[in-house]
Amino acid sequence: MSMTAFQALNGLTFAALLFVVASGFTLIFGLMRIVNLAHGALYLLGGYIAFAAAMHGANFFVAIAIAAAALAVAGLFVDRVLLRFVKGHELRQVLLTLGVAFVLNDLALVIWGGDTFTVPVPEFLRGPLQIGGLVYPRYRLFVLLAGSLIFAGLWLLLNKTRLGALIRAGVDDAEMVDAMGIDITRVFVYTFMLGAALAGVGGALGGAFLSLYPTADSEILVFSLAVVIIGGRGSLTGAAIGALFVGMLATFGQVWFPELAYFVIFGPMAILLAFRPLGLFGRAA
Amino acid sequence: MKRTAIIAACLGALALVPLVLPGYNTTLVTEMLIFATLAMSVDILAGYAGRTPLCHGAIFGVATYVVLYYAGVAGGNVWLAVLLGVAAGTLTAVVFALLAIRTSGVYFLLLTLALGMIVWGVCLRWTSVTGGENGIRGAVKLAWMMDRASFYYFVLAVTAVMTLAMWRFVTSPFGLTLRGIRESESRMRTLGYDVPLHLFIGFTVSGFFAAMAGALYAFYNSFVSPSTVALAQSVEGLLMAIVGGVGTLFGSIIGAAVIIALENIVSAYTERWSMVLGFLFIFTMIFAPEGILGKTRMLIARRSAAGARSSTATGS
Repeated sequence: MSMTAFQALNGLTFAALLFVVASGFTLIFGLMRIVNLAHGALYLLGGYIAFAAAMHGANFFVAIAIAAAALAVAGLFVDRVLLRFVKGHELRQVLLTLGVAFVLNDLALVIWGGDTFTVPVPEFLRGPLQIGGLVYPRYRLFVLLAGSLIFAGLWLLLNKTRLGALIRAGVDDAEMVDAMGIDITRVFVYTFMLGAALAGVGGALGGAFLSLYPTADSEILVFSLAVVIIGGRGSLTGAAIGALFVGMLATFGQVWFPELAYFVIFGPMAILLAFRPLGLFGRAA
Repeated sequence: MKRTAIIAACLGALALVPLVLPGYNTTLVTEMLIFATLAMSVDILAGYAGRTPLCHGAIFGVATYVVLYYAGVAGGNVWLAVLLGVAAGTLTAVVFALLAIRTSGVYFLLLTLALGMIVWGVCLRWTSVTGGENGIRGAVKLAWMMDRASFYYFVLAVTAVMTLAMWRFVTSPFGLTLRGIRESESRMRTLGYDVPLHLFIGFTVSGFFAAMAGALYAFYNSFVSPSTVALAQSVEGLLMAIVGGVGTLFGSIIGAAVIIALENIVSAYTERWSMVLGFLFIFTMIFAPEGILGKTRMLIARRSAAGARSSTATGS
């Protein structure tokens, strides 16, 4: 019983991390129609930057902030310098971000090598916490809290601010927003930076309990793809539900069918997509 | 007539390779031929059906795994292993096709990427069969293939037959239907074509050729590991098709040759091939998305159009 509860908490905390990463992905995908295949690489880069910052004596939270800021700048670069050349060509955009992913990964390999790193967490987040009869790592609970806070923050941003209203309007019909005299390009840039920053935060958070290594980027990318495909493009709620679904399946799949864990996640996803090509919460463009 | 001459010249030049470029270079051209088949199989979907796949590395790799497992680990007959490998790869393609044909555009790309990753995950984790990270090593080359030149001619013959088959396929009425679907799915549906069925068959045929390439690769490499089915392999196959020119079929041969030559040259100087590949992708997308053969054809068309214009100008 307590083992199942333990696994359920594992699934829940993993889902929280997936949500943080996938929310950035789904925002960019939803608004700009760009499938950013460099998102995994941005995640890994964020983790490495947070690690490097922590190694230079930065506080854990400062390290997260540095990762987020650095990734926002990286996002600005990718969007303004590279993607502007292929504007409006869906497939060329995707393939270009794929190229960016290869470059970033290799760059990370040059700088940090192939070793496994773990972002150090502050003293008060280390060790286990006793809840009832259950002993559970504090840090993973912190990730759950962080994920929930980010969900709340993004919800407020999207639903209660002017920028959020513009983003939502842009998801529905970017051309119309543009025609209303609003500078949609600027909204695009902010969204891309926000999405990249979220990947950075995810990397910093995930780097402390999943650890960082050269292929971590494609693993997290595929998980986020699954989340977004299940949840539907551009939907925050969809991303949260998709993250829960994938997080739970991944955790229990690993316990029950360790050799076929991937099947357990992507089998249902592939079937869902075959029947609902736009995901659970997706709407036709 | 002119085309026959070009094809004969190309085949003649390829037949001379072991004499002109002996040693390692022959092996290199052998690799180019194998990957040319993979790239052309990608082009059938990407160029003719208008569905860009990111799963052909997985189909290719499944065939390689099965051939090496059956002939190498289980000690079965080599030709039976090839048959089983191609069948397994094609079956993988059938399953992928059933799930993916309902989607298009980026969703197709994403779904095929995820499907390819499942295969990668299975190859990585199912250690009792696939050997996990260590992969499978097995010598499947027959005695007469041991010689570099003989093996080259074997691969050349298979590749030539495959290329002819693929060319016949894309220029057949069925291939034209695929092109019709690429241009306008709704129009083809209105004309009474069963679009999903056509895409399914197109995907399966494309998968069959990718599997053939994978089986050849088992002979060539005598080793397979999860990196053979990884995303990078699918990406490389797609990049070859794009660099050569999507929708030109033969362009994929040029693309494969360019990428593999480049990989070898770059690898001689630095270990940063992956970064070069990434930059290549970025620059191709920005500057030459129509590829080498596509660009050449465009220039020729423009020149002949300009020529036609100037001749009418002088005529009037």
